[in-house]
Amino acid sequence: MDYKRDPGVTVPMQLIINMPELQENPFKERIVQSFSEDGEGNLSFNDFVDMFSVLSETAPRELKAIYAFKIYDFNSDNFICKSDLEQTLNKLTKEDLTEEEVMLVCEKVIDEADMDADGKLGFTDFENMISKAPDFLSTFHIRI
Amino acid sequence: MAHTLTFTFGPENVSQTPSPYDEGAVHDSFHQLIQEQSWLAEQELVEMQEMTNVTSRGRENLAYIVSPARQTEACEAPEQTEEHPGFSSATLRILASMPSRTIGRNRGAILSQYYNRTARLRRRSTRPPLQEVSHSARPSLRQLGIDLDSSREEEDTKRNLLVKELQSLPASQRVNMLQAMPLSLAEKRSLRQDSSGHSGTLRKPKTTAPLSHCSRLKYYVIIGFRNLWYSWLSFLHTLQPWHYSLKQISGRFGSSILSYFLFLKTLIMFNLFFFLILLVFVVAMQAAYPPATPNNETFTGLEPLTGAGYFSHTLMYYGYYSNFTLNDPCASGSNITRCWQSQDVHLPYNMPLAYLFAVGVAFIVTCILLVYSMSRSFGESYRVGSASGDLAVKVFCAWDYKVIQARSVGLQSENICTQLKECLAERQSRSHPLNLCNRLQRLVVLLLAWMISLGTVLGCVIAVYYFSEYIHQVHHDRLTRSMQTGNEALLLALPLLVSLINLLMPYMYNFLAAWEKQESPVLEVYIAICRNLILKMVILGLLCYHWLSRKVTSSKIKCWETYVGQELYRLVMMDFIFTLLDTFFGELIWRIILEGKKQSKQRPEFDIARNVLELIYGQTLTWLGVFFAPLLPAVQILKLVLLFYIKKTSLMRNCQSPSKPWRASHMSTIFITLLCFPSFLGASIFLSYTIWSVRPSEKCGPFQSLATIYDSGKMWVTQLEKSNPNLTWFTWIHQHMIQNTFFLFVISGILLSVIYLNIQVVKGQRRVISLLKEQIANEGEDKTFLIQKLHAVYGK
Repeated sequence: MDYKRDPGVTVPMQLIINMPELQENPFKERIVQSFSEDGEGNLSFNDFVDMFSVLSETAPRELKAIYAFKIYDFNSDNFICKSDLEQTLNKLTKEDLTEEEVMLVCEKVIDEADMDADGKLGFTDFENMISKAPDFLSTFHIRI
Repeated sequence: MAHTLTFTFGPENVSQTPSPYDEGAVHDSFHQLIQEQSWLAEQELVEMQEMTNVTSRGRENLAYIVSPARQTEACEAPEQTEEHPGFSSATLRILASMPSRTIGRNRGAILSQYYNRTARLRRRSTRPPLQEVSHSARPSLRQLGIDLDSSREEEDTKRNLLVKELQSLPASQRVNMLQAMPLSLAEKRSLRQDSSGHSGTLRKPKTTAPLSHCSRLKYYVIIGFRNLWYSWLSFLHTLQPWHYSLKQISGRFGSSILSYFLFLKTLIMFNLFFFLILLVFVVAMQAAYPPATPNNETFTGLEPLTGAGYFSHTLMYYGYYSNFTLNDPCASGSNITRCWQSQDVHLPYNMPLAYLFAVGVAFIVTCILLVYSMSRSFGESYRVGSASGDLAVKVFCAWDYKVIQARSVGLQSENICTQLKECLAERQSRSHPLNLCNRLQRLVVLLLAWMISLGTVLGCVIAVYYFSEYIHQVHHDRLTRSMQTGNEALLLALPLLVSLINLLMPYMYNFLAAWEKQESPVLEVYIAICRNLILKMVILGLLCYHWLSRKVTSSKIKCWETYVGQELYRLVMMDFIFTLLDTFFGELIWRIILEGKKQSKQRPEFDIARNVLELIYGQTLTWLGVFFAPLLPAVQILKLVLLFYIKKTSLMRNCQSPSKPWRASHMSTIFITLLCFPSFLGASIFLSYTIWSVRPSEKCGPFQSLATIYDSGKMWVTQLEKSNPNLTWFTWIHQHMIQNTFFLFVISGILLSVIYLNIQVVKGQRRVISLLKEQIANEGEDKTFLIQKLHAVYGK
């Protein structure tokens, strides 16, 4: 590898999700994948700095909302649909909720947040919901 | 129901995460991981080679090596066939290229979206007109082609447009706009470079001709300064106190308990600022010119506790400070007026004026800082129309990314699970409201609980009042009989009683709350804060009244200001000692009891609200006492620093993560509001009353011979007028604006009308929000209608 001419080194995902700051996070793979150029989770240095700058204390709210949406959108179709919500819930609660409860929560979340009635959350719905949560800035923050 | 997990607590848990300062350990672990990964990569390569050798016949295996750009499309197609099983491929292709599906992914879309935003920012004055809002956040259709992959030239033109728009913005807005863009760092850097016209990094000049000596020197000097600047910035970052401790705390306990420590840090900053002002303008000056009378008390060991004895005649208290101009070249003593005529420059320093102004200016600046941080915190945490959407917010915003320890992460998952279940149960029970009998019962219980708490407050206040009168009487008697022994120790009795009340009553209120059983834990916290606050503020108010009443100010005590300063110092020390006792008994001993006798793995929880209220109480004492004991902020700083380490150690060893939800930003706003309103406001009222209406003592302090402390300011103004007739406007301002009450009424009237206007603006915004919501719902219906029509056209 010629570092001077082509410094395009990428660190594989396995190494990054073993960092102490990310190791116990249930969304660690999704976080790393959302910031990688190739979508696989291999981060270059710029991507790495990007990731921690968005997750830092002073990043603007809209930027955090954009990347939070990417993280929770498991199938990358630009919508948070029911299956995405189910996967999110299972990762959050470590599969402690029953099937019925998961279905109920997903339905209620879509009821509350979906404004244009298409059955899933688009980015505007997500951003609108995040704007009602003042805690989002402090919880979507990793200290390094 | 979520069950409690059992964990073993060993001594190694405290240092589970390797500190970034143990570089060797971190490098070793990464070295191991890198070796593992390279071994795995080799294995994969070998497998790939084998596979390509084997699959020269089967083409389906090559699908594994699909490019990531196509992967998303591949994922899209099965997703959409799930939703719309009947749609043809043409419909699906068109749906896939809808603008809403390309937000945030297509670079061209991002560029044009931000071009629009920047253009709008440049054009609008305060708020965007309602017609423009209908475009929402989607990129303009005029700038995007219908097909998904835009060509290279289109992206370049969009980028150039964006750069042009950015160039026309002022620098700070440009930086904010760049920060908010979801592009990669390299792109942002190049955009910033292009739009601001200078490069961030210094590059070597492109000419190959040798530089002249002048420009080479200039070049080296610039590089030298830049390196110095960068190393200074990184040094500043490491100077941030307790950075690693706060990370440890947030990693194990989350944002809620972190907010207590951040509040403590804020208080230290406030006290530091106060102390620096007083140090420079008052204490250091007086220390340079000590008074003539020596201190004839001896130092016994009891002084740090009682603040009296040897400390009475030191810089610590009001009584030490001189009431004349220090270092005056024309000192008048007896009948002779001598003026020094040496070559040294003598700067006279008017001590009383400096004392008054230093305290006044420090209070005013603290007020401004508090109001500013309160309004900023309020702006972040208050949202118009944020009543609904509880469950969705819990799902997406409840996970605290700061928590990194395995055990705490497990607890957090459990908490979120419990909260979701509670939310669901609440939804179902909302449809069954309580009947009349239950409601009446709840009302009676509520009323009874409030009556008990207010009754106990009244009881405590009466007890403190009579006890303080009694102690004062005994102290007075002892002074008249001039008995010195045990005098100071007697004075500790009142602070002991007050601190005891402040320690025990919150536990009683916790019992009351457990008996009351409020529906929501948030309301419980508010009520607990309310009751504790009422208790503390009423007791402090009574003590202030006692100190400023005729009894104290005109009694046999020689210097009542020093006496008040000593009382406040004793209260601060007792508060510290009782906090230590509370930490020791409440957390350490309780944990030992729980583990030993009850054999449960439950540990005590850190009561955030009670601890923060104790901090606010301590800070109120400091602000009350700073006029009478200028070194009190230094004592408070020491106390807070010690408290940080003690609380942190106790937390790490004895406590568990909180099990109830805690809205961190909301509660932080409440805490800083409480710091501003009852606490700082009360201290300023006390100080203003002291300065305006109370007669200072005759024989000590900087304001010895005056009727009120404010008279020194008035005297100075009249002196100014006499010495310089051009300054009559100053005295006119002073007479008609500051002393005239009409001006204050005008200011309050203006403030009230501004508040009323803001309330009306918020009401209007609420109405606009509901209109917009309707509009979005209508557009959603339009969209589904059009999709159906599209399917009808293409599906044939």
